[in-house]
Amino acid sequence: MFNFHYRLERNAIGFVLAIIVVASIGGFIEIAPLFTIDDTVEKAPDMRVYTPLEIAGRNIYIREGCYACHSQMIRTLRDEVERYGPYSLAVESKYDHPMLWGSKRTGPDLARVGGKYSNDWMTAHLNNPRDVVPESNMPAYRWLLRNQLETGDLGEHLSALRAVGVPYTDDMIANAPKDAVGQANPDTDLATGVIERYGEKTDVSLFDGNQGSVTEMDALVAYLQVLGHLTDAAHTTPQNEVE
Amino acid sequence: MISQLTGNERVLAALTFLILLCVGVTMAAAGRDDLIGTHGWVIAVSAIAGAVALLRAYDAPEPSPARLSEYYDEPSKVGIILTLVWGVIGMLVGVWIAALLAWPELTIDAAWASFGRLRPVHTSGVIFGFGGNALIATSFHVLQRTTRARLPDQFSPWFVLLGYNLFCVLAASGYLMGITQSKEYAEPEWYADIWLVMVWVVYFSIYIRTLLRRKEPHIYVANWYYMAFILVVALLHIINNLAVPISFGHAKSYSLFSGVQDAMTQWWYGHNAVAFFLTAGFLGMMYYYLPKRAGRPIYSYRTSIISFWGITFMYMWAGSHHLHYTALPHWVQSLGMAFSVVLLVPSWASAGNALLTLNGAWHKVRDDAVLRFMMLAAIFYGLATFEGSFMAIRAVNSLSHYTDWTIGHVHAGALGWVAMITYGSLYALTPWLWKRPALYSAKLVEWHFWLALSGTVVYVFAMWNSGVIQGLMWRTYNDSGTLSYSFVDSLVAMHPYYIARAFGGLLFLAGAVIALYNIVMTIRSPVPVASESATDIPLGLQPATPIAQAGE
Repeated sequence: MFNFHYRLERNAIGFVLAIIVVASIGGFIEIAPLFTIDDTVEKAPDMRVYTPLEIAGRNIYIREGCYACHSQMIRTLRDEVERYGPYSLAVESKYDHPMLWGSKRTGPDLARVGGKYSNDWMTAHLNNPRDVVPESNMPAYRWLLRNQLETGDLGEHLSALRAVGVPYTDDMIANAPKDAVGQANPDTDLATGVIERYGEKTDVSLFDGNQGSVTEMDALVAYLQVLGHLTDAAHTTPQNEVE
Repeated sequence: MISQLTGNERVLAALTFLILLCVGVTMAAAGRDDLIGTHGWVIAVSAIAGAVALLRAYDAPEPSPARLSEYYDEPSKVGIILTLVWGVIGMLVGVWIAALLAWPELTIDAAWASFGRLRPVHTSGVIFGFGGNALIATSFHVLQRTTRARLPDQFSPWFVLLGYNLFCVLAASGYLMGITQSKEYAEPEWYADIWLVMVWVVYFSIYIRTLLRRKEPHIYVANWYYMAFILVVALLHIINNLAVPISFGHAKSYSLFSGVQDAMTQWWYGHNAVAFFLTAGFLGMMYYYLPKRAGRPIYSYRTSIISFWGITFMYMWAGSHHLHYTALPHWVQSLGMAFSVVLLVPSWASAGNALLTLNGAWHKVRDDAVLRFMMLAAIFYGLATFEGSFMAIRAVNSLSHYTDWTIGHVHAGALGWVAMITYGSLYALTPWLWKRPALYSAKLVEWHFWLALSGTVVYVFAMWNSGVIQGLMWRTYNDSGTLSYSFVDSLVAMHPYYIARAFGGLLFLAGAVIALYNIVMTIRSPVPVASESATDIPLGLQPATPIAQAGE
């Protein structure tokens, strides 16, 4: 073996090829089957896609680095299930490009935070967390209420997502900017379109409390309120024993 | 630097700046309504600055053919300065955001100044700015000495060094503006990723072209590691960053993979960025500078072989230990855990090999803080890899994951291993490259050593404590069978440790500032006469006496 290596280390190209081959094996064996083994991702016929406003909110979540302190992955551990709800299923992040499972909980897990707090609480908390949770060390995101949401290019966002596999229809793509405005302005004609395209369960609200304008706060709160609600799969399928 | 380029290379440089300028202006025009436009201007202005510098020295006489009888070290020299500067920037941001976790109201009401945007500036600043520049600067130096061949040309090393730093600037400025893919340690968006691939291809070509022209029959161990670093980082970077931009006028892209596949790809990348950027590359550094400084050959050649291939093979399986108890299929988690545990063997083989190399030179470790930095690095490498294998065990991970313990572990590796071996190597390298008899101040190296060690210990102990307390509080039940603590209870318990952590980081930062000062003062000290080493030149041009090479 050492004699073989003695020859190998005299051959630069051979050494390069050896590194590539040896280093590729692990990733190939662990990643490729995740695409081919069917039960890697559960089936969830009721799964809906994110609305344009929720996508915009998700992008703000990414932009502000929320994932650095909040996970969206409830592990199969008893205390996590009791604290946060049913453990996360792979299907729940099927449309997450990229996933936001996170790696650190400076703040709590958010996989099922949707519906847990009111829109008013969410807005107040994001504006200055210490107004509602005095012990919090989360940054205050005051600019979210000041910034108008950029909605003009949401159609392009949806088409890019369709290109990577999210089933958006032509109708959804064409109406994306209007739907973003509609979801944050209930009781308007635009709001009706959102329900038509994304279903009855879509949350149409004054997320930031203001009618008319659509702020970045509207988008982020809309996103946080849908977390854990794209599908009921985690609540309807029996969960395995937790540890 | 321009006067060192030949006529053809100056034309090549001019062409490169022209292409960059065109790309920058196109991006600025196509992305005028988007943040990518700002980056277009950054690229265009960099190209113009480069072109102006080029034109001002364009008519300088061509370098004399005598240059070919010397190693080409100018890029390494600039790389050393860039390393130290990025180190100070990255660690300063680190201390600042550590303070924000303890006192969130310290910051101003501006998006760019918030924790979430500054955190990747810290991580990329230290990993890519500090670590990456250190790897590029030392790899050029080690490559030439261990092959006894000069770098293949004068243009490509500058392209790699400056191009890489343009990537770092795009990354850091992008985070402040809110451009990020959110993939940890792979945050820069698609156009910066493509640029890095181009830089990396040239980096590899420098390596392979020099190796093919080597005068030594064997490729030295340090180069195995530097090559593994270059090749595997390319593989990881390309696959993990596959994405579809929403248009060529937008910075935003959507990753090709989603959910569980994306998670596995990301942590396959994430863990192997640790393995091949922060471990393999720096092992290359250690395998050259530690034996050189100690004046001892590497203890065991065969151990080097076993540990190199062990690390190259097994690390690539270990990424899934970041996803224990998640929606990732159980079989992948088990594979990741098994390989992570076995990985301890090659890791300790490397650390042991380094420490045993010091046998017969321990008196130097006592007297020479530079060598002591390297010794301490090897110890921390051994500690951090043991801790890593331990934390990859599912039962341990159920407690440690998502907590500050992970942060403590990362910093044991990053401060204790990566930064210590880097500072040790740069302290050794600086007098050699600038042909000075010694560093400006040995006393300041001592100061740096003790600041770095105490800073690391304070930091790591603070995070161990907070992490374990956090993990235990989350899973503590009271007598009636319900959870004892709310989440915010655990946060309140972290406060003293967050203060201690910021203090530890501050000590380490002070050391980094001292290092920058000491090395700059070394460079500015007067050059002694007749310091030229007759042996530090490419082979074929030097006296016939054989020179002992480290590790031979």
